Amino acid sequence: MTIELQVGDSRTETVLKNISRTRIVMYAGASGDYNPLHSDEIYVTQVAGYPTVFAHGMLSMGATGKVLTDWVGAGKLKRYGVRFVNQVWPGDDLVVTATVDALRDEDGRPAADFTVTTVNQHGKPVVTGTATAFLD
Amino acid sequence: MAVERFPIEASHILMFARAIGDENPAYTDATSDAAKALGGVIAPPTFTMSATQFDPEAMLRPKLDEPWFGSAATPSGAEIARTGALHAEQHFEYFRPVLAGEVLTLTERAGTTWTKMSKSGGSLVFDERFHDYCSAETGDVVVTARFVSVIPVPAPTSEA
Repeated sequence: MTIELQVGDSRTETVLKNISRTRIVMYAGASGDYNPLHSDEIYVTQVAGYPTVFAHGMLSMGATGKVLTDWVGAGKLKRYGVRFVNQVWPGDDLVVTATVDALRDEDGRPAADFTVTTVNQHGKPVVTGTATAFLD
Repeated sequence: MAVERFPIEASHILMFARAIGDENPAYTDATSDAAKALGGVIAPPTFTMSATQFDPEAMLRPKLDEPWFGSAATPSGAEIARTGALHAEQHFEYFRPVLAGEVLTLTERAGTTWTKMSKSGGSLVFDERFHDYCSAETGDVVVTARFVSVIPVPAPTSEA
């Protein structure tokens, strides 16, 4: 069954609220990125010089992807790429907006190009990117 | 980074899906209709990053006989502070879903490096790497990725 979309269709969802240090630790444990920047308050404040720990960019990219896969279905992405434009701190919310940019064929299959932008609770962008998904 | 065997395991995917806040049944429940329609539990789009769990040389995992640069008895356990690099960009291309139960390999190719001025007058040194995730069984490419890291270098301070 083909998903019917129109250029300009958009979805906005808060995918994570009040991100906890424990969630950041969950991501470290699952992903294998144990960089102490993300979990070690003593190291991060006394050695690295940041105000506190911050989330892995890949935690934000993973959470952002939920809006795309909830929309087009799991396993339908062809491409997904982002830039990490600001840090995500404990207590932040992630609000994702995905918008259909173009409808076209890819490998002879119907596909859609999306832009995605994730902002924090202050409206500051943290992740910006694009994706392409098959619609069949 | 190179990984000879990256076993894709359902419980690993479950932990990863919980961490990113996306407990889609396609990722978390092999008995769900969503997973059955895909031939089993599949991995979320960013899951392949966790191949680092299977990299014997992974720099960002404490190892038994090596100093760790995070805190323990002292704020940092290593002379060399590996504090600089941040993740700047990440791009994936998918050739099919990654399925629980299969084994992937990971090979890395170096990309280019470039430098930009930062807003604070220092420089930003970018480093690009390409990652190919292939089926260990058939050799077919399953996912490719482009990883860009950045090291911020402060502007030189003038000395009186």
